[in-house]
Amino acid sequence: MSTPVQASNQPATMIAEIEAPPLSLGDLTWRRFKRHKMAIAGLVVLILLVIYSFGGAFFVTEKYANFTNTKERLQPPSAAHPFGTDTIGRDLLARTIYGGQISIIIGITAAFVEVMVGILIGALAGYFGGKVDAILMRFTEAMLNLPQLLLLIVMAKFFSSDIKNIDIFGREFSGSVVVIIFIIGLTSWPYLARIVRAEFLSIKEREFILAARATGTPTWEIIFKHILPNSIAPIVVSATLGVAGAISLEAYVSFLGLGVRAPTATWGNMLENAYRYIESAYWMWLFPGLFIVLIVLSINFLGDGLRDALDPRSRTV
Amino acid sequence: MKTDHKFLEVKNLKTQFNTPEGTVYAVNGVTFNLSEGETLAVVGESGCGKSVTMMSIMRLIQIPPGKIVGGEVIYRDNDLLQLSEEAMEQIRGREIAMIFQDPMTSLNPVLTVGRQLTETLRTHTPMTPEQCRERAQNLLELVGIPDAKKRLDNYPHQFSGGMRQRVMIAMSLACTPSLLIADEPTTALDVTIQAQIIELVKELKKSVGMAMIWITHDLGVVAGLADRVLVMYAGYVVEEALVDELYENTLHPYTLALLQALPRADRRRDQSLKSIKGSPPNLLVEPRGCPFAPRCEFVQEKCITENPALLDIETNHKVACWVDVKTGALR
Repeated sequence: MSTPVQASNQPATMIAEIEAPPLSLGDLTWRRFKRHKMAIAGLVVLILLVIYSFGGAFFVTEKYANFTNTKERLQPPSAAHPFGTDTIGRDLLARTIYGGQISIIIGITAAFVEVMVGILIGALAGYFGGKVDAILMRFTEAMLNLPQLLLLIVMAKFFSSDIKNIDIFGREFSGSVVVIIFIIGLTSWPYLARIVRAEFLSIKEREFILAARATGTPTWEIIFKHILPNSIAPIVVSATLGVAGAISLEAYVSFLGLGVRAPTATWGNMLENAYRYIESAYWMWLFPGLFIVLIVLSINFLGDGLRDALDPRSRTV
Repeated sequence: MKTDHKFLEVKNLKTQFNTPEGTVYAVNGVTFNLSEGETLAVVGESGCGKSVTMMSIMRLIQIPPGKIVGGEVIYRDNDLLQLSEEAMEQIRGREIAMIFQDPMTSLNPVLTVGRQLTETLRTHTPMTPEQCRERAQNLLELVGIPDAKKRLDNYPHQFSGGMRQRVMIAMSLACTPSLLIADEPTTALDVTIQAQIIELVKELKKSVGMAMIWITHDLGVVAGLADRVLVMYAGYVVEEALVDELYENTLHPYTLALLQALPRADRRRDQSLKSIKGSPPNLLVEPRGCPFAPRCEFVQEKCITENPALLDIETNHKVACWVDVKTGALR
């Protein structure tokens, strides 16, 4: 038997519960994402790596990262150089910090280019269909048929023959950074374009698109405000994985000596310097290699977590 | 009711679909008029071209595979079929609005109801975002959704089917259109909700004063709602009459059969419902003769070879049939 006091309290809490603001799509996604342990671990590692690369810049200058001191070349890790030094005596800790910045920036911007091109081509092909679709998709398939790495290497070789250094935000970069971003972005979009096209093909047939057209919604609004938000989940997932892909592609091309040029450091071109010292100077490849593995792995876990969290078919809250 | 026929005139509208199996003759020369403020019910079984006719009027037919091969849709002195797509976007939602059969799928699941409501307003009116939101709230209140202000921020999945249809109605009324096309808006709802929605639409129609085309295959709904009825079969209009006239003085065998198939409270329980034998014709074959002839109880030789035109038989009563159903003889 409940006392009168309890009875009068109960409706109040019940009303509060009913009136709690509805969960937005973001809240729901976060709730599901939180349960994915590896994704959380990936997110934490990723945040740490970003803090390391961008926060580290407050402790060491870029000048120091590019400072050569041949007297101290090939030093193993020590108190003065925790990650050791490379063949011309540059401090590897400082170089992994600045290299990390470039690698992460390349990863994000290249994925951005990929997503923009992929969405544009996929959306136009999927929405308009017919001839537009046929032309765009044959082009996409042609791009898919070319081996990406080969294309990447040829383009890198072709475009990076003589590039000047450029200034961005008062810092000097090797112009090859921009070249690499576009090369990676412009060779990775076909998969995304196909995903976006498939999503558009199915969503444009849904009744609410017809309803939107019946209220006089202009075509571009239907494409970008109605269909695109409905297909955002696979796009976010593949964009995330695209960042990891771009970072490893940059490492790959730079490792072959076709990527970002010195003095600008990236984790990839640090490996290039190291491959002749695999046995004699382990520290030269261990640290940048470790960072590449960590960031690619953490982004992939993050992507997996997002895939599960954003899947509209998973009904768990 | 005014009798000017200048508001909406559909003349000889023909829509076909090119499919791998051949051409589907979906709408084969539909002609009708609508006056300002009038309610027209369009009845017929599934696949008889009701929806395709309305979609053709709104120019929402997917082209290809669909094609409007002929006819005119004169809305306030403009032929909608000749307008540019941009001009048509101005008509849709502002002048002519439409509500659909299934409210569960007609709202965009990733946008809040408020956003979807304000979108029409933003597209068609110069209102500020605040004004739009206020109007959206008023609209939700108008269609009887409690706590409208909070509900604006809800997503469609937080509404029940009946509530969603109310939202759809609110959306269609946003710009006070002069014509509302309702494509079986109550079919997906259960009977009590159906009754509520019909009541709601009736009230709103009275207060807004718009004309309405109500597609249904429920002749029971028609009686309480419509001024005039259009009976369609296989892409043809077979009978058109004022609502009371249609029930009391049915002239087409198909309408007669439809009415007999209706369950009635005054019929004995052990009597089984009458059904129309056969099934609607294959629309892939270009129709010769009367499309209803193979299923018709009154069929004559002439019906097989010649398709009757829709003619004025009595005042305000058109029918496309060779046979006088009262005598069973040719007219």
